Amino acid sequence: MTWTWFHRLGSPPYIYALAARLTPWFAWPAALLIAGGLVGGLVLAPPDYQQGDGFRIVYVHAPSAWMSLMVYMTMAIAAAVALIWRIKVGHAVAAACAPIGASFTFVALVTGALYGAPMWGTYWEWDPRLTSELILLFLYLGYMGLRAALEDTQRADRASALLAVAGSVNVPIIHYSVTWWNSLHQAPTVMQFGKPKMASSMLVPLLMMLAGFTLYFVAVLLVRLRGEVLSRERAASWIPEVLKT
Amino acid sequence: MPARVLAADSAAGQGGAADASLAADAGAALRTARLALLRDLQLAFRQRSQLVQPLAFFAMVTLLFPLAISPELSRLRPVAPGVLWIAALLASLLALEFLFRDDAHDGTLEQYALSGQSLTWLMFAKTAAHWLLTGLPLALMAPVAALSLGVPARALPGIVASVAVGSVTLSLIGSIGAALTLGIKRSGTLLSLLTLPLSLPVLIFGARATELAINGAPLAAPLELLAALAVLGITLAPLAAAAAVRISLE
Repeated sequence: MTWTWFHRLGSPPYIYALAARLTPWFAWPAALLIAGGLVGGLVLAPPDYQQGDGFRIVYVHAPSAWMSLMVYMTMAIAAAVALIWRIKVGHAVAAACAPIGASFTFVALVTGALYGAPMWGTYWEWDPRLTSELILLFLYLGYMGLRAALEDTQRADRASALLAVAGSVNVPIIHYSVTWWNSLHQAPTVMQFGKPKMASSMLVPLLMMLAGFTLYFVAVLLVRLRGEVLSRERAASWIPEVLKT
Repeated sequence: MPARVLAADSAAGQGGAADASLAADAGAALRTARLALLRDLQLAFRQRSQLVQPLAFFAMVTLLFPLAISPELSRLRPVAPGVLWIAALLASLLALEFLFRDDAHDGTLEQYALSGQSLTWLMFAKTAAHWLLTGLPLALMAPVAALSLGVPARALPGIVASVAVGSVTLSLIGSIGAALTLGIKRSGTLLSLLTLPLSLPVLIFGARATELAINGAPLAAPLELLAALAVLGITLAPLAAAAAVRISLE
């Protein structure tokens, strides 16, 4: 078995070209799946017998919440790979992940609050999931803050990578302690997203949205990765050649 | 004896390749760690104001709540666990500044990294010293703050225990954050943004233990969870802090 494909990943021009080539392969399916999921979820799916049309926000909320965690995992894995095997592209991937993940977390929080207004009669409930989501937002902000505070790219890369890895060890602990904390203080909440007995006319659009959001994340990540590579290699000689075309 | 136990542990980790040099290494690492610990304690006792400041801050934050909420003990008692723990969390956050600042400033930290000694053990020693100088005094101070909030005297041993155990983890998490932000100017807000989210489990279990102690209920469960977090922290945090110091010194 040959490892050339792997060694090529260490080359910024190759990564830049690869990311450019791959982007449409993720962007178009993402657009189709999200469009299909939105039509299916907002138009075709019947209203919920208890929550009426209010439940439809789940088609944005649940995929965003799912992505917020998945992006953190991607970021931590990329950071760990970069830290352990000293693969520079890993740092660029991790750096590109953070703002996307923070945005998904923010969307999940806002849609959660909007869902809460008609369902709970209040915009904010100290629900364990919303609370975990809020903490996750602070983890992202801390990561981006550390990155922004360190001027030297190499140190910023390695320090924030370590932070991402330390954070990923902590995320499950934080999640379970928040769940435990919440179970002491209030009854189980009404939020029951993703319960298996969802009707298939509701479930299929949700799964389409999940897949669409995941592909959308990859597409945006590839675009951001190109930006990261460009800014990191701004002194390199291959850049003017690439940008001319 | 601890050296031999450690040597056996690391030998097991390396597929049974036990030999005398490993035991000697572990013994040397422990001796170095002990010296670093004593050094930090000695330096701290020569600058007593640094020791008193977090305690004064702890008392000050506790004082804010009666002023802001109400002087009636009946209204303060229900929020006492939260007040105590938030005050302790903030005080330990404030004290993190002293953990590496002077050593980074005068180059001691660089010498540690270059010394060929295990930086992990040195970080462990520094964090242990930091806990002895801030966490433990905070735990001993907590009963005074608790009494001022109308907490019954029978709850005090539980409160001391929970703050003592919880602050171990706080010091350990803080050591990672402080090492990552070494050399950053005005790093205070960034440090709190990095360490506070990671400290939340300690806050949750600590406040719960305090609440149970106040209600006179058995508080073994949250105390054991705090201890579990401390053990996990002792195992992993010095490794991460050592890596962070190396990154920051590069």
